[in-house]
Amino acid sequence: MSVRANLTCGLGAFRLAAELSLPGNGVTALFGASGSGKTSLLRCLAGLEPTARGYLEVSGEVWLDSERGIALSTHLRGVGLVFQEASLFAHLDVRRNLEFGLQRTPVAQRRLHWEGALELLGIAHLLERLPTRLSGGERQRVAIARALLASPRMLLLDEPLAALDQPRKDEILPYLDRLHRELAIPMVYVTHAMEEVSRLADHLVLLEAGRVVAAGPLSSTLARPDLPASFEDEIGVIVQAVVAHVDSQYQLAHLSCAVGELRVPRQGLKPADGCRVRIRARDVSLTLHEETDTSILNRLPGMVAAIHPSSHPAQVLVSLLVGELPLVARITRLSCDKLQLQVGSKVWAQIKSAALL
Amino acid sequence: MTTDDWVAIWLTAKLATLTTVLLLGLGTPLAWWLARTDSFWSRCVGALVTMPLVLPPTVLGFYLLLLMGSQGPVGQFTTWLGLGLLPFTFTGLLIASVIYSLPFTVQPLQQAFRAIGARPLEVAATLRASPYDTFFSVVLPLARPGLITAAVMSFAHTVGEFGVVLMIGGNIPGQTRVISVLLYDRVEALEYTQAHYLAAGMLVFSFVVLLGLHLLNRERRV
Repeated sequence: MSVRANLTCGLGAFRLAAELSLPGNGVTALFGASGSGKTSLLRCLAGLEPTARGYLEVSGEVWLDSERGIALSTHLRGVGLVFQEASLFAHLDVRRNLEFGLQRTPVAQRRLHWEGALELLGIAHLLERLPTRLSGGERQRVAIARALLASPRMLLLDEPLAALDQPRKDEILPYLDRLHRELAIPMVYVTHAMEEVSRLADHLVLLEAGRVVAAGPLSSTLARPDLPASFEDEIGVIVQAVVAHVDSQYQLAHLSCAVGELRVPRQGLKPADGCRVRIRARDVSLTLHEETDTSILNRLPGMVAAIHPSSHPAQVLVSLLVGELPLVARITRLSCDKLQLQVGSKVWAQIKSAALL
Repeated sequence: MTTDDWVAIWLTAKLATLTTVLLLGLGTPLAWWLARTDSFWSRCVGALVTMPLVLPPTVLGFYLLLLMGSQGPVGQFTTWLGLGLLPFTFTGLLIASVIYSLPFTVQPLQQAFRAIGARPLEVAATLRASPYDTFFSVVLPLARPGLITAAVMSFAHTVGEFGVVLMIGGNIPGQTRVISVLLYDRVEALEYTQAHYLAAGMLVFSFVVLLGLHLLNRERRV
């Protein structure tokens, strides 16, 4: 399944004009500030925006083609949508909420069975309750299971965690991780929280003022030095890592990943756990020789691959290659000149902090 | 209580029940359309539907009488159909009651539909429910308090109508002489004891109906 879209959609003064193609697998994050058009774009995919015009094709099936007067109704698209507020049907208990979509899905099209969905989201004990008797986190889990039980061809999530407090977010995130790992269903995830993007997404679409400003695989898109100024603080890389061993005396986890070894505070990790680490350009500094008299634990040897101007005239973005893996450092232009950095220079990257996701 | 009383009570109950059934059938789609549309025409229709609330029933009855009379377009049409003239018949009274009580059905339903908002409809659509399916499986159950209020108010309001009955129905026993008209007759004839039976009965009936409605709606909020 893949999505090709060239959409416009007008909502008063706001206008979305997005051209993009999404891969048919994994999690695609639509990321941007409030009002950037990410929710409108999601609603266009679902067919919920009556002002949507243009072209939309999913797995070779045309869902919208304004020139030919085609606009497939939402209930025929087979898309699941999880809203910011769980939006469970207030007149139905959890069981009948879950059955709502399931009963309307032809048996031949059902891909997730009842027990599977209950188990996946840990809601088997809630079946007889009314939505008003659920916590915010439980409600959202039921809403996700309800969407999944309708066996959608694409699951759309509109800031599913934004209305929840941090403990509730921490409660749901592992379930979203599991969906990602265990289901083959493509997901489009709208959020303005970079932590959720870095943790869940495989692909990234950046939106600003109703336009797509960058799109592509997560890590390489975030590592692009030419992102608009508003995204510059987010520039960095996401590294897939495995816990090699745990130093219980200092409570550090030693992670092995493509760039070498990283040491991060342990946070409940066990040996052999997989995890993602985010290294932002603004947290990376450069030295010409390995600095050993420093509090910074993570120091990696690399080579300068490119030097780009930053949106701030005092700074530059240095793309590095550490082994095979790209890394980005944001340093001052003065330092860059003093160290006489140029393409091919050998440097040490000092990582001030690596966020474990 | 005399036979006349029981005939009038039975007639009133029949009129109110049929009016309520017709109103729910007609008023539900009308209220849905009014709740979902915001155009000049929907505003016009909305105002038209609300008019019986502010007009004296005699004004309404007067124009209905003219419309349905032998010179009126509706009257000529019903004559052409072979149905005869509607004023001073039960059918004519039923039609007048439906028009007179229309706002009591449409207003609570319209408010209930508005209160549901767009979200449950969008959720239902993403769960593969067609608009028609959504209306019956989501909208009507969620609007249940509004439906109950609409039904009870329409029934009670029809039981209590007087001016329109007098203009369009007259005073024919078993045909158009409902409780309120019979009560008026009794008072005119100075039969106060007989009048008391009917008047007190209506008083108790109204109180019980409204109390029941309040209790029912309170129960659903808890």
